[in-house]
Amino acid sequence: MSMFPLKVRGAQTARRGKVLVGPVDLDLRGAGTTVVMGPNGSGKTTLLRLLHGAARLTAGQIEWACDEVQARRDQAFVFQRPVMLRRSVLENLMYPLRMRGVARPAALVAAERWAVRVGLDAMLSRRATHLSGGEQQKLALARAMITKPQLLFLDEPTAALDGRATREVEAVLRAARDGGTHLILSTHDLGQARRLADEVLFLLHGSVREHASAQEFFNGPECPQARAFLRGDIVE
Amino acid sequence: MGDLWAGLSEAFRLLVTLDSDLVEITLRSLQVTLSALLIGSAIALPLASFLAVRRFRWRRGVIAILNALMGLPPVVVGLVVYVILSRSGPLGVLGLLFTPTAMIIAQVIIIVPLIASIAHQSLRDLWSEYHDLLISMNVTQGQKMRTLLWDARRALLTASLAGFGRAIGEVGAIMIVGGNIDHATRVLTTAIALETGKGDFALALGLGIILVGLAIAVNLCIHWLGRTEQEGRW
Repeated sequence: MSMFPLKVRGAQTARRGKVLVGPVDLDLRGAGTTVVMGPNGSGKTTLLRLLHGAARLTAGQIEWACDEVQARRDQAFVFQRPVMLRRSVLENLMYPLRMRGVARPAALVAAERWAVRVGLDAMLSRRATHLSGGEQQKLALARAMITKPQLLFLDEPTAALDGRATREVEAVLRAARDGGTHLILSTHDLGQARRLADEVLFLLHGSVREHASAQEFFNGPECPQARAFLRGDIVE
Repeated sequence: MGDLWAGLSEAFRLLVTLDSDLVEITLRSLQVTLSALLIGSAIALPLASFLAVRRFRWRRGVIAILNALMGLPPVVVGLVVYVILSRSGPLGVLGLLFTPTAMIIAQVIIIVPLIASIAHQSLRDLWSEYHDLLISMNVTQGQKMRTLLWDARRALLTASLAGFGRAIGEVGAIMIVGGNIDHATRVLTTAIALETGKGDFALALGLGIILVGLAIAVNLCIHWLGRTEQEGRW
């Protein structure tokens, strides 16, 4: 059962009385790539965490088309700084499946298939923490994708990567999107946003200032701060 | 200095001749300590993992108490266990007083807080590293605890070794609940205390040297089996 459309109504998260993000109103249909943009401190990561359920919803509602248990199972998150389990590459890939009760032989087959897709098949027995930053991010991506999520959150997944690793990660992301996974990706990289976005959320001071298709946003956003952001001006 | 040399030569003699009494009390020492270690680890490690993962109202208080109990006086533990297991005590009907089982119970009480506190520190650090990932993967509390225990297994081995060190050298509690009965509850530490009391320093030192050698050998064995020194490679 599809978890979309996702309806967000007045969602907000606060800590010690200070609102970090929100109120946010949003409808996501569940296709393509939504890129979340905004200056540093605008709340991109917190918004992703809020939608994912990792940040506490202090007001408003987040409604999935399915029940919440299934919605939680059908989404995954890739962090800016990949978190590697202190295990081999293979064990890292198998971990999410094993936690869902998939038998070891089936998990092994899936892990090997994903290792090939992200170019880590020659490193299966290596310790994940010994991989380079780019390799770790590809592993984190494969580990997130191995459960075939309907929705994948990516928090600046290529921020610390070189050009080649970025290209490889983007190729995996395109394949995931083409395979039907909805991507919600935060990025600072305008070029990456242009390459990947189907729609853009522009965030400032914790609230969504613009939600438009990529074409509309990059051709001329309505919000003056978004226009300044696209020009490369400092936006406060 | 003479006593030391005499002790060394006595230790050598006891070892070379495989003195039957020495073998018996050494094996009993190992039996009691390793049993206590296994039971203590089985209680302390999941407890440490639970405290690392779960947030509940009295969590900080529990951790503070656990840390404070690391310094639990063994004689007091021995006394409490004695009262509980004595004929008029609540568990007197079990007839466990002055048996190796009573000694194991006392040692478990002594080492559980020690192992749990050291293990908790390692698991807390690993949990702060894994927190976001495991939350995002929507794994259950039990799975989180098992993941931490498995991935920190080498650090946990060190915690258990600390418990072993405490247990193998323990004398106060097991003297009270075991009674130091020959061929029944006598272990290396209580034998050393007895021989010292009798003024046979050479034999006491000999037993002491064997006890130290045993503790080092078991530690090295566990380090080697667990490849603890490879932890840094992660």
